[in-house]
Amino acid sequence: MAKDVCVIGECRTGTIPRVSLEVASEGRRLAENLGVGLVAVLTGYNIASQAAVLGNYGVDRVYVLDSQELEHYVPEMYSTAIGDLIKSFEPSAILFPASPDGKDLAARLSMRLDSELVQDCVEIRCEDGTVQARKPIYAGKCFAWYEWDLPEIPLISCRPNVMECELFDGGKEAEIITVPVLPLPGRSKVISFETDNSGGIPLSGAEIIVSGGRGMKDGGNFHILETLAQVLGAAVGASRAAVDAGWRPYADQVGQTGKVVNPNVYIAVGISGAIQHFAGMGTSKYIVAINKDPDAPIFSKADYGVVEDLFQFIPALTEEIRKLKSSTS
Amino acid sequence: MKIAVAIKQVPDTESTIRISEDGKSIATQGIKWIINPYDEFAVEAALRLKEQHGGSVTIVSYGPHRVLESIRTALAMGADDAVLIGFDALDSCGRLKVARAFAAAVRQLAPDLALCGYRAVDYDMTQRGPQVAELLGWPHLPMAVSLTSDGSSVTIERGIEGGKVHMEAALPALVTVGGSHAVWRPRLPSLPGILKAKRKPVVVRKLNELGLDPADFDPSRSKPRLVRLEMAPDRKPGRIIDEGRDTAGKAAELVQMLHKEMKAI
Repeated sequence: MAKDVCVIGECRTGTIPRVSLEVASEGRRLAENLGVGLVAVLTGYNIASQAAVLGNYGVDRVYVLDSQELEHYVPEMYSTAIGDLIKSFEPSAILFPASPDGKDLAARLSMRLDSELVQDCVEIRCEDGTVQARKPIYAGKCFAWYEWDLPEIPLISCRPNVMECELFDGGKEAEIITVPVLPLPGRSKVISFETDNSGGIPLSGAEIIVSGGRGMKDGGNFHILETLAQVLGAAVGASRAAVDAGWRPYADQVGQTGKVVNPNVYIAVGISGAIQHFAGMGTSKYIVAINKDPDAPIFSKADYGVVEDLFQFIPALTEEIRKLKSSTS
Repeated sequence: MKIAVAIKQVPDTESTIRISEDGKSIATQGIKWIINPYDEFAVEAALRLKEQHGGSVTIVSYGPHRVLESIRTALAMGADDAVLIGFDALDSCGRLKVARAFAAAVRQLAPDLALCGYRAVDYDMTQRGPQVAELLGWPHLPMAVSLTSDGSSVTIERGIEGGKVHMEAALPALVTVGGSHAVWRPRLPSLPGILKAKRKPVVVRKLNELGLDPADFDPSRSKPRLVRLEMAPDRKPGRIIDEGRDTAGKAAELVQMLHKEMKAI
């Protein structure tokens, strides 16, 4: 039990998000490398039924912290409850999802446990018991490799949509341990919570993103991207220019002072390709650029480019996708 | 209301980044240095609270001599004074040590509220705020896109997947600031502000003056070890879909690429 790898799982919308499964898989690979077992900590409210899912990804034991006080992420509550639990079983490493809450919790825990944390990692290696992690820095222009010397406990958060999500051979019946949650002292709380009811696919973790920039000319024109996104099963993002102009909410902004996304396909529509935008999407597997300016910098980084007026091209593209989908269904 | 804002100086993203000979740092010639954008948002949030409640805004920072320029910019925006942690090698001691130094500086100032950007755009370690709050034993509210106070508590709004959450904490508390330029629209320093900033006090506090033991801050024992930096591979330009096609033809070809090459549909 001591020295197992520990993964921190999230569960706040009723199901465990894919990034937590990626982290569980990565935790399994690290545990095999170190010759130890894998435990998970799942925190939230009414989540116990989800715990077994983690067994499918190689988790041996799941500690469940289930309490109404933990329904929403409140840093000091989570850090107190999880920190006390983790201290009781001395993990050899702790992996987190690099979601906003995951990173915030990891930071608070790193001070609580006095163990250094490297955030937003894209690769973990383990050689002779030494753990190394690689992360992007300087807007993705460089990578930094870090190494922990035992007995330091590596704390690592994993960037979504990078680590391979791997079903554990044969699946596992994970042992579920319900941990009593004592009333948590705290001076902060959630006072209200609203859903936006947009029904759209969330940006973070989306496989395909369609993003609009200054070339969209007006907020009202984004409906053509929303239609394209619906047909593609994509999320809709925006450049800083579109958000600054008030056309799209800040939560849709992709870039250095927005979200960093890592989709399979990023379709940049009417976006010139400033380096600050690239900082938010430069690791996309494929970049497609639609812009009527052949000199737009985005074309120098795009895998596929189309020099066309987006107002003609996007509806044509949407139509062609519909045709393909109906012919293959 | 007394507010402390922690700021970091980072390279402007337009700057060319080259790895220096030791393989563990970047070459600094030609770099343009700016206030980390999220810390700039935090300064703006602090100034708005000061306008509403009265009080003072103190900037806390660390770094080599060039960081004074960023401190003066924050003072020119309207902050009142600054504390500079006087230990140049602080960054090399590891993040937990940096957080300890900031926590000591904040503890000494005894503000009602501490603010900082939720992440810095250089190393993107996204940890200083929560680490400082944990060490101080304060609550922290993360990634605020709005911030109000009634003097005894602070309320923020933050975005979460599929919605938004309002959170509240009793003071003293720490808030990390998120959002974007569109959310905060940080004020530009005015000319009178720039002139006044030259006379505002910037106090240097060495580690022992912050109640810390310098022996605990040894860069040679920094953890975890930074092994090396690598440049990211350049993305090469790909294919422009053209070949004499018209709009519909290009769309059809792109769809084929999405289907066959990118496996997206």
